[in-house]
Amino acid sequence: MTLIELHDVSKRYFLHHKRQLLVEHVASTLRRERNSFWALRHVSLKIEAGEAVAIIGPNGAGKSTLLSIAVGVTSPTEGGARLHGRVAALLELGSGFHPDLTGRENIHLNAALLGYSRQQVHASLESIIDFAGVPDFIDEPLRTYSTGMLARLGFSVAVHLEPDILVLDEVLAVGDEEFQRKCIDRIFEFRRQGKTLLFVSHSAEFVRSLCRRAVWLELGRVKMDGEASDVLAQYRAGTQAFLPVGGGVTTG
Amino acid sequence: MLRTSHDHLYILYNLIAKDFKIRYRNMSLGIFWSLLNPIIMVTVLTFVFTRIFNNPAIHSYPLFLLIGLIPFNFFTLAWASGTNSILDNAALVKKVRFHREVIPISVVLGNVIHFLIQMVLLMGLMVFVGQGVNRYWLWLPVVLGLEIVFACGMALAFSALDVYYRDTRYVVESANLVLFWLVPIFYSLDQVPREFTILYQFNPLAAVVLACRRIFLDSMPPPESLLRNLTLVSVSALAAGLVIFGQMKKRFADYL
Repeated sequence: MTLIELHDVSKRYFLHHKRQLLVEHVASTLRRERNSFWALRHVSLKIEAGEAVAIIGPNGAGKSTLLSIAVGVTSPTEGGARLHGRVAALLELGSGFHPDLTGRENIHLNAALLGYSRQQVHASLESIIDFAGVPDFIDEPLRTYSTGMLARLGFSVAVHLEPDILVLDEVLAVGDEEFQRKCIDRIFEFRRQGKTLLFVSHSAEFVRSLCRRAVWLELGRVKMDGEASDVLAQYRAGTQAFLPVGGGVTTG
Repeated sequence: MLRTSHDHLYILYNLIAKDFKIRYRNMSLGIFWSLLNPIIMVTVLTFVFTRIFNNPAIHSYPLFLLIGLIPFNFFTLAWASGTNSILDNAALVKKVRFHREVIPISVVLGNVIHFLIQMVLLMGLMVFVGQGVNRYWLWLPVVLGLEIVFACGMALAFSALDVYYRDTRYVVESANLVLFWLVPIFYSLDQVPREFTILYQFNPLAAVVLACRRIFLDSMPPPESLLRNLTLVSVSALAAGLVIFGQMKKRFADYL
Protein backbone atom coordinates (compact mmCIF):
# COMPACT_ATOMS: atom_id res chain seq x y z
CA MET A 1 0.00 0.00 0.00
CA THR A 2 1.27 3.46 -0.90
CA LEU A 3 1.31 5.75 2.13
CA ILE A 4 2.84 8.85 0.60
CA GLU A 5 2.36 9.70 -3.02
CA LEU A 6 3.64 12.80 -4.74
CA HIS A 7 2.67 13.08 -8.34
CA ASP A 8 4.59 15.55 -10.50
CA VAL A 9 4.75 18.04 -7.63
CA SER A 10 6.08 21.55 -8.11
CA LYS A 11 6.18 24.23 -5.49
CA ARG A 12 6.69 27.90 -6.16
CA TYR A 13 7.47 30.48 -3.53
CA PHE A 14 7.16 34.19 -4.02
CA LEU A 15 9.92 36.40 -2.80
CA HIS A 16 9.12 39.58 -1.00
CA HIS A 17 12.21 41.67 -0.82
CA LYS A 18 10.41 44.12 1.35
CA ARG A 19 6.96 44.13 2.83
CA GLN A 20 4.81 45.72 0.17
CA LEU A 21 2.42 48.57 0.72
CA LEU A 22 -1.07 48.03 -0.58
CA VAL A 23 -0.50 50.35 -3.55
CA GLU A 24 2.63 48.52 -4.68
CA HIS A 25 0.98 45.19 -4.01
CA VAL A 26 -1.96 45.98 -6.26
CA ALA A 27 0.33 47.45 -8.91
CA SER A 28 2.63 44.43 -9.00
CA THR A 29 -0.30 42.03 -9.02
CA LEU A 30 -1.76 43.87 -11.99
CA ARG A 31 1.58 43.85 -13.80
CA ARG A 32 1.95 40.18 -12.85
CA GLU A 33 5.60 40.65 -12.16
CA ARG A 34 6.60 39.03 -8.94
CA ASN A 35 9.85 37.42 -8.08
CA SER A 36 9.41 33.76 -7.51
CA PHE A 37 11.42 30.62 -7.45
CA TRP A 38 10.62 26.97 -7.73
CA ALA A 39 11.59 25.08 -4.60
CA LEU A 40 10.47 21.81 -6.19
CA ARG A 41 10.05 20.98 -9.84
CA HIS A 42 8.24 17.91 -11.19
CA VAL A 43 8.95 15.68 -8.24
CA SER A 44 7.26 12.31 -8.18
CA LEU A 45 7.72 10.00 -5.26
CA LYS A 46 5.94 6.95 -3.93
CA ILE A 47 6.58 5.59 -0.50
CA GLU A 48 5.14 2.20 0.31
CA ALA A 49 4.14 0.98 3.73
CA GLY A 50 7.16 -0.38 5.59
CA GLU A 51 9.73 1.52 3.58
CA ALA A 52 12.42 3.71 5.08
CA VAL A 53 13.43 6.53 2.79
CA ALA A 54 16.09 9.16 3.29
CA ILE A 55 16.10 12.46 1.45
CA ILE A 56 19.57 13.81 0.87
CA GLY A 57 20.91 16.82 -0.93
CA PRO A 58 22.68 20.13 -0.36
CA ASN A 59 21.12 23.09 1.46
CA GLY A 60 18.35 24.66 -0.55
CA ALA A 61 17.65 21.54 -2.58
CA GLY A 62 14.00 21.48 -1.49
CA LYS A 63 14.22 18.72 1.13
CA SER A 64 12.20 20.47 3.80
CA THR A 65 9.66 21.68 1.28
CA LEU A 66 9.27 18.11 0.12
CA LEU A 67 8.58 16.93 3.67
CA SER A 68 6.11 19.76 4.29
CA ILE A 69 4.16 18.78 1.20
CA ALA A 70 4.35 15.07 1.98
CA VAL A 71 2.82 15.54 5.42
CA GLY A 72 0.23 18.00 4.16
CA VAL A 73 1.35 21.10 6.01
CA THR A 74 1.54 23.01 2.77
CA SER A 75 0.05 22.27 -0.62
CA PRO A 76 1.87 21.98 -3.93
CA THR A 77 1.58 24.71 -6.56
CA GLU A 78 1.23 22.05 -9.24
CA GLY A 79 0.71 18.34 -9.11
CA GLY A 80 -0.87 16.29 -6.37
CA ALA A 81 0.12 14.95 -2.98
CA ARG A 82 -1.63 12.18 -1.09
CA LEU A 83 -1.09 10.84 2.37
CA HIS A 84 -2.60 7.76 3.98
CA GLY A 85 -2.24 6.83 7.60
CA ARG A 86 -1.36 8.67 10.73
CA VAL A 87 1.79 10.69 10.51
CA ALA A 88 3.99 12.11 13.23
CA ALA A 89 6.25 14.74 11.78
CA LEU A 90 9.16 16.47 13.44
CA LEU A 91 9.85 19.13 10.87
CA GLU A 92 11.76 21.35 13.19
CA LEU A 93 13.09 21.40 16.68
CA GLY A 94 10.24 21.95 19.09
CA SER A 95 7.73 22.21 16.28
CA GLY A 96 4.20 22.46 17.55
CA PHE A 97 5.46 23.28 21.02
CA HIS A 98 4.67 26.45 22.88
CA PRO A 99 7.49 28.03 24.89
CA ASP A 100 5.26 29.17 27.75
CA LEU A 101 3.66 25.79 28.36
CA THR A 102 5.35 23.16 30.46
CA GLY A 103 6.77 20.00 28.97
CA ARG A 104 3.80 18.01 30.19
CA GLU A 105 1.27 20.49 28.83
CA ASN A 106 3.06 20.51 25.51
CA ILE A 107 2.87 16.74 25.32
CA HIS A 108 -0.90 16.94 25.66
CA LEU A 109 -1.24 19.72 23.10
CA ASN A 110 1.10 18.11 20.61
CA ALA A 111 -0.49 14.71 20.89
CA ALA A 112 -3.96 16.19 20.42
CA LEU A 113 -2.79 18.05 17.30
CA LEU A 114 -1.27 14.87 15.94
CA GLY A 115 -4.69 13.29 16.27
CA TYR A 116 -4.58 11.24 19.43
CA SER A 117 -7.32 10.83 21.97
CA ARG A 118 -7.12 11.65 25.65
CA GLN A 119 -6.90 7.94 26.54
CA GLN A 120 -4.01 7.32 24.18
CA VAL A 121 -2.14 10.30 25.56
CA HIS A 122 -2.65 9.26 29.15
CA ALA A 123 -1.61 5.73 28.35
CA SER A 124 1.72 6.81 26.92
CA LEU A 125 2.41 9.90 29.02
CA GLU A 126 4.75 8.18 31.45
CA SER A 127 6.80 6.47 28.79
CA ILE A 128 7.09 9.71 26.82
CA ILE A 129 8.46 11.52 29.86
CA ASP A 130 10.69 8.61 30.68
CA PHE A 131 12.17 8.35 27.21
CA ALA A 132 12.74 12.10 26.91
CA GLY A 133 14.88 11.87 30.02
CA VAL A 134 14.08 15.34 31.32
CA PRO A 135 12.28 14.43 34.57
CA ASP A 136 13.27 17.57 36.48
CA PHE A 137 12.07 19.87 33.74
CA ILE A 138 8.83 18.22 32.71
CA ASP A 139 6.74 20.71 34.70
CA GLU A 140 8.83 23.71 33.71
CA PRO A 141 8.01 25.99 30.77
CA LEU A 142 9.63 24.94 27.54
CA ARG A 143 11.58 28.16 27.15
CA THR A 144 13.85 26.92 29.95
CA TYR A 145 14.82 23.85 27.90
CA SER A 146 18.12 23.47 26.12
CA THR A 147 18.19 22.62 22.43
CA GLY A 148 19.02 19.02 23.23
CA MET A 149 16.13 18.75 25.67
CA LEU A 150 13.72 20.11 23.07
CA ALA A 151 14.90 17.51 20.60
CA ARG A 152 14.45 14.77 23.18
CA LEU A 153 10.93 15.78 24.06
CA GLY A 154 9.87 16.28 20.45
CA PHE A 155 11.26 12.96 19.35
CA SER A 156 9.80 11.19 22.35
CA VAL A 157 6.30 12.48 21.65
CA ALA A 158 6.54 11.59 17.97
CA VAL A 159 7.70 8.00 18.43
CA HIS A 160 5.53 7.07 21.38
CA LEU A 161 2.22 7.82 19.80
CA GLU A 162 2.62 4.95 17.37
CA PRO A 163 2.16 6.74 14.09
CA ASP A 164 2.08 4.79 10.81
CA ILE A 165 4.63 7.16 9.32
CA LEU A 166 7.43 8.95 11.10
CA VAL A 167 8.81 12.00 9.35
CA LEU A 168 12.00 13.56 10.68
CA ASP A 169 13.77 16.63 9.38
CA GLU A 170 17.35 16.58 10.59
CA VAL A 171 16.37 16.67 14.21
CA LEU A 172 18.62 13.96 15.57
CA ALA A 173 21.77 15.94 15.01
CA VAL A 174 21.45 18.05 18.15
CA GLY A 175 21.07 15.21 20.64
CA ASP A 176 24.07 13.84 22.46
CA GLU A 177 25.52 10.48 21.51
CA GLU A 178 23.61 8.56 24.12
CA PHE A 179 20.31 10.08 23.02
CA GLN A 180 21.09 9.53 19.35
CA ARG A 181 21.69 5.87 20.08
CA LYS A 182 18.42 5.70 21.97
CA CYS A 183 16.63 7.30 19.05
CA ILE A 184 18.16 4.98 16.54
CA ASP A 185 17.23 1.96 18.65
CA ARG A 186 13.74 3.29 18.84
CA ILE A 187 13.58 3.89 15.09
CA PHE A 188 14.78 0.32 14.49
CA GLU A 189 12.05 -0.96 16.74
CA PHE A 190 9.58 1.22 14.90
CA ARG A 191 10.83 -0.24 11.62
CA ARG A 192 10.57 -3.78 12.94
CA GLN A 193 6.88 -3.16 13.48
CA GLY A 194 6.69 -2.64 9.73
CA LYS A 195 6.17 1.08 9.95
CA THR A 196 7.28 3.73 7.51
CA LEU A 197 10.05 6.25 7.90
CA LEU A 198 10.83 9.32 5.84
CA PHE A 199 13.67 11.51 6.91
CA VAL A 200 16.11 14.18 5.88
CA SER A 201 19.69 13.88 6.97
CA HIS A 202 23.12 15.15 6.13
CA SER A 203 24.70 12.26 7.96
CA ALA A 204 25.66 9.46 5.61
CA GLU A 205 26.00 7.21 8.63
CA PHE A 206 22.38 7.69 9.71
CA VAL A 207 21.15 7.22 6.18
CA ARG A 208 23.11 4.01 5.70
CA SER A 209 22.10 2.51 9.00
CA LEU A 210 18.42 3.39 8.84
CA CYS A 211 17.40 3.35 5.19
CA ARG A 212 17.45 1.02 2.24
CA ARG A 213 16.37 3.72 -0.13
CA ALA A 214 17.58 7.27 -0.61
CA VAL A 215 16.37 10.11 -2.77
CA TRP A 216 18.86 12.73 -3.85
CA LEU A 217 17.34 16.15 -4.41
CA GLU A 218 19.15 18.95 -6.08
CA LEU A 219 17.77 22.36 -7.09
CA GLY A 220 14.26 21.08 -6.55
CA ARG A 221 14.52 18.04 -8.77
CA VAL A 222 15.06 14.40 -8.04
CA LYS A 223 18.56 13.68 -9.19
CA MET A 224 18.63 10.06 -8.12
CA ASP A 225 16.32 7.64 -6.39
CA GLY A 226 17.49 4.18 -5.43
CA GLU A 227 19.54 1.95 -3.17
CA ALA A 228 20.85 4.10 -0.33
CA SER A 229 24.50 3.09 -0.69
CA ASP A 230 24.50 3.77 -4.44
CA VAL A 231 22.84 7.13 -4.07
CA LEU A 232 25.18 8.12 -1.27
CA ALA A 233 28.22 7.12 -3.32
CA GLN A 234 27.03 9.06 -6.35
CA TYR A 235 26.09 12.02 -4.20
CA ARG A 236 29.48 12.08 -2.60
CA ALA A 237 31.21 11.80 -5.99
CA GLY A 238 28.92 14.54 -7.33
CA THR A 239 29.62 16.99 -4.55
CA GLN A 240 33.32 16.30 -4.63
CA ALA A 241 33.40 17.09 -8.32
CA PHE A 242 32.60 20.69 -7.45
CA LEU A 243 35.71 20.99 -5.36
CA PRO A 244 38.93 22.06 -7.05
CA VAL A 245 41.40 19.31 -7.76
CA GLY A 246 43.59 18.56 -4.83
CA GLY A 247 40.85 19.56 -2.40
CA GLY A 248 40.34 23.24 -1.87
CA VAL A 249 39.08 22.57 1.60
CA THR A 250 41.66 21.85 4.18
CA THR A 251 40.64 19.33 6.74
CA GLY A 252 42.07 18.52 10.06
CA MET B 1 -5.90 10.91 7.46
CA LEU B 2 -9.30 10.47 8.95
CA ARG B 3 -10.24 12.15 12.15
CA THR B 4 -13.40 11.79 14.10
CA SER B 5 -15.24 14.76 15.50
CA HIS B 6 -14.16 13.48 18.88
CA ASP B 7 -10.52 14.08 17.97
CA HIS B 8 -11.38 17.60 16.91
CA LEU B 9 -13.08 18.25 20.21
CA TYR B 10 -9.94 17.11 21.97
CA ILE B 11 -7.81 19.45 19.85
CA LEU B 12 -10.26 22.26 20.56
CA TYR B 13 -10.14 21.55 24.26
CA ASN B 14 -6.34 21.54 24.27
CA LEU B 15 -6.06 24.76 22.31
CA ILE B 16 -8.50 26.54 24.61
CA ALA B 17 -6.65 25.21 27.66
CA LYS B 18 -3.38 26.39 26.12
CA ASP B 19 -4.62 29.94 25.62
CA PHE B 20 -5.96 30.02 29.15
CA LYS B 21 -2.77 28.79 30.71
CA ILE B 22 -0.61 31.15 28.69
CA ARG B 23 -2.84 34.13 29.36
CA TYR B 24 -3.15 33.70 33.09
CA ARG B 25 0.18 32.23 34.01
CA ASN B 26 2.31 34.81 35.83
CA MET B 27 -0.73 36.93 36.61
CA SER B 28 -1.60 37.35 40.24
CA LEU B 29 -5.21 38.31 39.59
CA GLY B 30 -5.72 35.66 36.93
CA ILE B 31 -9.22 35.36 35.57
CA PHE B 32 -10.48 38.23 37.75
CA TRP B 33 -9.10 40.58 35.15
CA SER B 34 -11.99 39.63 32.92
CA LEU B 35 -14.40 40.82 35.65
CA LEU B 36 -12.47 43.91 36.58
CA ASN B 37 -12.65 45.41 33.12
CA PRO B 38 -16.47 45.63 32.86
CA ILE B 39 -16.71 46.93 36.44
CA ILE B 40 -14.32 49.77 35.68
CA MET B 41 -16.04 50.55 32.39
CA VAL B 42 -19.48 50.61 34.00
CA THR B 43 -18.26 52.91 36.77
CA VAL B 44 -16.68 55.39 34.38
CA LEU B 45 -19.50 55.36 31.87
CA THR B 46 -22.13 55.69 34.59
CA PHE B 47 -20.30 58.71 35.92
CA VAL B 48 -20.07 60.33 32.48
CA PHE B 49 -23.61 59.58 31.38
CA THR B 50 -25.48 60.29 34.57
CA ARG B 51 -23.42 63.12 36.08
CA ILE B 52 -22.04 64.92 33.03
CA PHE B 53 -24.63 64.04 30.40
CA ASN B 54 -27.97 63.48 31.96
CA ASN B 55 -29.95 60.40 30.98
CA PRO B 56 -33.15 60.62 33.01
CA ALA B 57 -35.06 58.40 30.56
CA ILE B 58 -32.99 55.34 31.47
CA HIS B 59 -33.59 53.71 34.83
CA SER B 60 -30.93 51.76 36.68
CA TYR B 61 -28.25 53.00 34.30
CA PRO B 62 -25.42 50.68 35.48
CA LEU B 63 -27.51 47.60 34.72
CA PHE B 64 -28.59 49.06 31.41
CA LEU B 65 -24.94 49.60 30.54
CA LEU B 66 -23.75 46.23 31.71
CA ILE B 67 -26.33 44.41 29.60
CA GLY B 68 -24.92 46.19 26.54
CA LEU B 69 -21.31 46.05 27.54
CA ILE B 70 -20.99 42.32 28.22
CA PRO B 71 -22.07 41.07 24.76
CA PHE B 72 -20.17 43.93 23.13
CA ASN B 73 -16.95 43.15 25.00
CA PHE B 74 -17.22 39.50 24.14
CA PHE B 75 -17.57 40.21 20.46
CA THR B 76 -14.75 42.74 20.21
CA LEU B 77 -12.33 40.55 22.16
CA ALA B 78 -13.28 37.43 20.23
CA TRP B 79 -13.01 39.19 16.90
CA ALA B 80 -9.68 40.89 17.68
CA SER B 81 -7.97 37.88 19.25
CA GLY B 82 -9.51 35.58 16.63
CA THR B 83 -8.01 37.77 13.91
CA ASN B 84 -4.54 37.36 15.37
CA SER B 85 -4.95 33.66 16.06
CA ILE B 86 -3.35 32.15 12.96
CA LEU B 87 -0.30 34.41 13.19
CA ASP B 88 -0.03 33.75 16.92
CA ASN B 89 -0.03 30.03 16.24
CA ALA B 90 2.25 30.20 13.22
CA ALA B 91 4.54 27.56 14.72
CA LEU B 92 1.68 25.07 14.78
CA VAL B 93 0.32 25.94 11.37
CA LYS B 94 3.71 25.61 9.72
CA LYS B 95 4.66 22.31 11.25
CA VAL B 96 1.64 20.28 12.24
CA ARG B 97 -1.17 19.12 10.03
CA PHE B 98 -4.68 19.51 11.38
CA HIS B 99 -7.79 21.42 10.44
CA ARG B 100 -6.75 25.02 10.78
CA GLU B 101 -10.33 26.10 11.40
CA VAL B 102 -10.06 24.94 15.00
CA ILE B 103 -7.54 27.71 15.78
CA PRO B 104 -9.78 30.79 15.39
CA ILE B 105 -12.76 28.83 16.70
CA SER B 106 -10.85 27.81 19.82
CA VAL B 107 -9.94 31.45 20.45
CA VAL B 108 -13.58 32.52 20.13
CA LEU B 109 -14.68 29.72 22.45
CA GLY B 110 -11.99 30.69 24.96
CA ASN B 111 -13.61 34.12 25.07
CA VAL B 112 -17.01 32.47 25.43
CA ILE B 113 -15.90 31.14 28.82
CA HIS B 114 -15.37 34.69 30.10
CA PHE B 115 -18.57 35.78 28.43
CA LEU B 116 -20.59 33.09 30.18
CA ILE B 117 -19.06 33.85 33.58
CA GLN B 118 -19.98 37.49 33.11
CA MET B 119 -23.50 36.61 31.97
CA VAL B 120 -24.06 34.37 34.98
CA LEU B 121 -22.88 37.15 37.28
CA LEU B 122 -25.18 39.57 35.47
CA MET B 123 -28.10 37.23 36.04
CA GLY B 124 -27.19 37.03 39.71
CA LEU B 125 -27.08 40.81 39.82
CA MET B 126 -30.51 41.05 38.18
CA VAL B 127 -31.98 38.80 40.85
CA PHE B 128 -30.09 40.64 43.57
CA VAL B 129 -31.47 44.06 42.63
CA GLY B 130 -34.95 42.61 42.49
CA GLN B 131 -35.55 42.57 38.73
CA GLY B 132 -36.33 38.90 39.07
CA VAL B 133 -36.24 36.01 36.66
CA ASN B 134 -38.69 35.81 33.80
CA ARG B 135 -39.43 33.02 31.35
CA TYR B 136 -37.98 35.00 28.47
CA TRP B 137 -34.55 34.30 29.89
CA LEU B 138 -34.93 31.09 27.92
CA TRP B 139 -34.29 33.17 24.81
CA LEU B 140 -30.85 34.11 26.08
CA PRO B 141 -29.07 30.94 24.91
CA VAL B 142 -30.51 31.46 21.43
CA VAL B 143 -29.48 35.10 21.22
CA LEU B 144 -26.03 34.58 22.72
CA GLY B 145 -25.56 31.43 20.63
CA LEU B 146 -26.21 33.43 17.48
CA GLU B 147 -23.71 36.04 18.61
CA ILE B 148 -21.09 33.31 19.10
CA VAL B 149 -21.84 31.97 15.62
CA PHE B 150 -21.37 35.46 14.23
CA ALA B 151 -18.09 35.90 16.11
CA CYS B 152 -16.79 32.57 14.77
CA GLY B 153 -17.59 33.64 11.21
CA MET B 154 -15.82 36.97 11.62
CA ALA B 155 -12.82 35.41 13.36
CA LEU B 156 -12.44 32.81 10.60
CA ALA B 157 -12.60 35.35 7.78
CA PHE B 158 -10.32 37.93 9.38
CA SER B 159 -7.75 35.49 10.74
CA ALA B 160 -7.25 34.20 7.20
CA LEU B 161 -6.99 37.72 5.78
CA ASP B 162 -4.51 38.65 8.49
CA VAL B 163 -2.04 36.04 7.22
CA TYR B 164 -1.80 37.75 3.83
CA TYR B 165 -2.39 41.34 4.88
CA ARG B 166 -0.94 42.05 8.27
CA ASP B 167 -2.81 45.35 8.39
CA THR B 168 -6.01 43.42 9.03
CA ARG B 169 -5.57 43.52 12.78
CA TYR B 170 -5.48 47.32 12.75
CA VAL B 171 -8.59 47.44 10.64
CA VAL B 172 -10.31 45.23 13.22
CA GLU B 173 -9.07 47.33 16.13
CA SER B 174 -10.36 50.51 14.51
CA ALA B 175 -13.65 48.88 13.62
CA ASN B 176 -14.08 47.85 17.24
CA LEU B 177 -13.56 51.43 18.40
CA VAL B 178 -16.17 52.65 15.94
CA LEU B 179 -18.56 49.89 16.94
CA PHE B 180 -18.50 51.03 20.55
CA TRP B 181 -20.29 54.17 19.40
CA LEU B 182 -22.52 52.57 16.80
CA VAL B 183 -23.90 49.86 19.05
CA PRO B 184 -26.46 51.15 21.53
CA ILE B 185 -24.40 50.48 24.64
CA PHE B 186 -24.53 53.71 26.62
CA TYR B 187 -27.68 55.03 24.92
CA SER B 188 -30.90 53.36 23.98
CA LEU B 189 -32.18 52.86 20.46
CA ASP B 190 -35.18 55.06 21.29
CA GLN B 191 -32.83 58.04 21.49
CA VAL B 192 -31.62 57.50 17.93
CA PRO B 193 -33.40 59.72 15.38
CA ARG B 194 -35.67 57.66 13.18
CA GLU B 195 -33.81 58.36 9.93
CA PHE B 196 -30.68 56.71 11.36
CA THR B 197 -32.24 53.52 12.69
CA ILE B 198 -31.28 51.86 9.41
CA LEU B 199 -27.70 51.85 10.76
CA TYR B 200 -28.85 49.40 13.41
CA GLN B 201 -31.13 47.22 11.31
CA PHE B 202 -28.57 44.69 10.20
CA ASN B 203 -25.98 45.22 12.87
CA PRO B 204 -25.98 41.90 14.70
CA LEU B 205 -24.32 43.38 17.76
CA ALA B 206 -27.00 46.02 18.10
CA ALA B 207 -29.57 43.26 17.73
CA VAL B 208 -27.97 41.20 20.50
CA VAL B 209 -27.86 44.18 22.86
CA LEU B 210 -31.46 45.12 22.10
CA ALA B 211 -32.63 41.53 22.58
CA CYS B 212 -30.82 41.24 25.91
CA ARG B 213 -32.32 44.50 27.14
CA ARG B 214 -35.82 43.44 26.10
CA ILE B 215 -35.39 40.18 27.96
CA PHE B 216 -33.75 41.50 31.13
CA LEU B 217 -35.28 44.94 31.55
CA ASP B 218 -38.66 44.79 29.79
CA SER B 219 -39.45 41.12 30.50
CA MET B 220 -40.41 40.67 26.87
CA PRO B 221 -39.29 38.23 24.20
CA PRO B 222 -37.02 39.62 21.47
CA PRO B 223 -39.02 40.78 18.41
CA GLU B 224 -39.44 38.17 15.71
CA SER B 225 -38.00 40.34 12.95
CA LEU B 226 -34.89 40.96 15.04
CA LEU B 227 -34.36 37.25 15.61
CA ARG B 228 -34.85 36.56 11.93
CA ASN B 229 -32.30 39.18 10.86
CA LEU B 230 -29.84 38.11 13.52
CA THR B 231 -30.07 34.48 12.43
CA LEU B 232 -29.68 35.46 8.81
CA VAL B 233 -26.63 37.64 9.39
CA SER B 234 -24.92 35.26 11.84
CA VAL B 235 -25.36 32.15 9.74
CA SER B 236 -24.25 33.97 6.58
CA ALA B 237 -21.21 35.34 8.42
CA LEU B 238 -20.24 31.83 9.52
CA ALA B 239 -20.75 30.43 6.02
CA ALA B 240 -18.74 33.25 4.47
CA GLY B 241 -16.04 32.86 7.11
CA LEU B 242 -15.71 29.14 6.43
CA VAL B 243 -15.56 29.66 2.67
CA ILE B 244 -12.98 32.46 2.88
CA PHE B 245 -10.89 30.54 5.39
CA GLY B 246 -11.17 27.33 3.38
CA GLN B 247 -9.92 29.11 0.26
CA MET B 248 -7.07 30.95 1.95
CA LYS B 249 -5.79 28.26 4.30
CA LYS B 250 -4.10 26.30 1.54
CA ARG B 251 -1.21 28.73 1.39
CA PHE B 252 -0.99 29.74 5.04
CA ALA B 253 2.25 27.88 5.57
CA ASP B 254 3.91 29.80 2.72
CA TYR B 255 3.13 33.17 4.25
CA LEU B 256 3.97 32.54 7.88
